[in-house]
Amino acid sequence: MRHLFALACALALPVAIQAQQPNVQVQPPDLHGSRALEKLTESSVVHDYLESWQMLGQALNQNRADLLTADFAGEALGKFTDTITDQTKFGIHTRYQERGHNLQIVFYSPDGLSIQLIDTVDYDEQVMSGDKVLATQPMHARYVAVLTPSQTRWMVRVLQTEGQ
Amino acid sequence: MRLGPASLLSVLVLVSAPFVHAQSASMNLPQTVTAGSAFSIPTSGSGQGTITIVGPAQALRRSVQLGEAISFPAGVLYDAGAYVVILNTGSSISAGTLVVTPASQPATLSFLAEPSRLPVSLPDGISGAAYVFDAYHNLITQPLPVAFNLSGQAGADQTRTVTSGNGVAWTRMNSAAREGSAKFIASIDGVSSTRIIEEVPGDPCNLTMSAKPDGANVMLATAPVRDCSGNPVPDGTIVTFTENYNGMQSTADVPLKRDIATVEMPGRPGATISVASGVVAGNEIRWEGH
Repeated sequence: MRHLFALACALALPVAIQAQQPNVQVQPPDLHGSRALEKLTESSVVHDYLESWQMLGQALNQNRADLLTADFAGEALGKFTDTITDQTKFGIHTRYQERGHNLQIVFYSPDGLSIQLIDTVDYDEQVMSGDKVLATQPMHARYVAVLTPSQTRWMVRVLQTEGQ
Repeated sequence: MRLGPASLLSVLVLVSAPFVHAQSASMNLPQTVTAGSAFSIPTSGSGQGTITIVGPAQALRRSVQLGEAISFPAGVLYDAGAYVVILNTGSSISAGTLVVTPASQPATLSFLAEPSRLPVSLPDGISGAAYVFDAYHNLITQPLPVAFNLSGQAGADQTRTVTSGNGVAWTRMNSAAREGSAKFIASIDGVSSTRIIEEVPGDPCNLTMSAKPDGANVMLATAPVRDCSGNPVPDGTIVTFTENYNGMQSTADVPLKRDIATVEMPGRPGATISVASGVVAGNEIRWEGH
C-alpha cells in the first residue's frame, strides 16, 4: 500500500513542478573580435542574466510586474509587464521551472554598452488558474538576450525565444 | 479505509488528468507563425470553448466555436517567442506549443555609436553597433546586411556593409583628418539611424614659443598651436610655462586664446624657460635678458 502511494506521488510529480536549481553550462565566449571580455564581466553578466530568469519566473507566477524592474529594462520590461497585465485579466498565472541553461556570450559591443548571449533553455511552462493546473508543456528553446549595464548590474533589454 | 488497485488507478488518472489531451476537442497548431501575421488554428469537436495562448512576452484569450478554425487577424500575436496554447472546452483541455518568429522586414534600428567626440586622425576610433528589429520590436536574428557610413565636412566618406549575426552588426571607423561634425549612419532596407560625431583637433604638435623683454619681465608667446594634422587646437587648452632659476622653479598654466598662449614671467638672466601642453613638450629658451 505504501509503495503504491509512493508510485502515485511519483507519477503525479509533473502536476506540481518541483522547485530545483537548473543545471547551468557556460560555454567560452565567441566574440569575433568585437571587444575583449574580462572574466569578471563575464561572471557578472551570467549571474545577472540567470537571476533575471528567476525574477521573471516569480513575476509571471505571482503576476507582479514590480518584481521585474530590478532586472529588466526597455523592450523586455514592457513586454513582460504587458504579459502580466493580460494574465491577470484572464485569471491565469504561469510557472517556469528551468531545468537547464546552456549559454554563451556571443557579442560585446566595442563601446562596452551592450552584451549579447545565446541560451538554450530547457524548462517546463505550467499554466495555472488559481491552484488548478491547466497545462504543462516541456520546452526546449533557444533564447537571445541583450543586456546593458546600469549603475549596479547588467539589465536585460531583450529576451526573446528563437523557437523550440 | 482500504484502497484496491482499481481505486488507485482512478487516483492516478485524476491526478494526471490536466495532461491528457481531450478526445472531444482538439486543435491543429501551426508549427510557426510570423510575428504580427494573420493565422488560424483549425479545431475539431462541437460546442463552445476558449483558447489561451501564453508565453513570457504575450498572453491572449479568445472564445471559440469548436469544429471551426480560429482566425487571428494580423497584428494580434506579435511578440516572437515560444507559447503554450490551451484549448479549454470546460470538460476537457488540450494543449500544445506554438513558436512565433520575428518578421523578416526590418522596421527599426537601435544604433549605439561611441564616442560622441574624439580627436581627428584616430584609427578605429569610432565604433557603432546596430541591433535590427521588426515592426513589433522583435530582434531579427536572421543574417541581414547593415550599411554603416561615416561622412564629415572633410575627407572621403567611409562606408562598410556588415552582415548581422544574431540580430546585431557592428563596425569600427577612423576619425577624419579635419575637425568638424560627422554623420555616422547605420541603415538597412530604407531604415536608418544617425548619430553625430564631433571630431576635434588632437594634441598639440610642434609646440614652440618665443620670448621678448618687457621691462624687468620676459613676455612669452607660443606660435599658433596646431595638432599634427594642422587643425587649430581648441581655445582653453592649457599650456604650461616653466621657469627654472638658481634651483627655484615657477610655473604658469595659461589657456589658449585664439590659438596662442601668452604670459609674462620674471626676466631673470640665466633662467631657463620651457613650454609644454599635455604630453607634448615644446622648445626651451635660456633667457639672457635680451
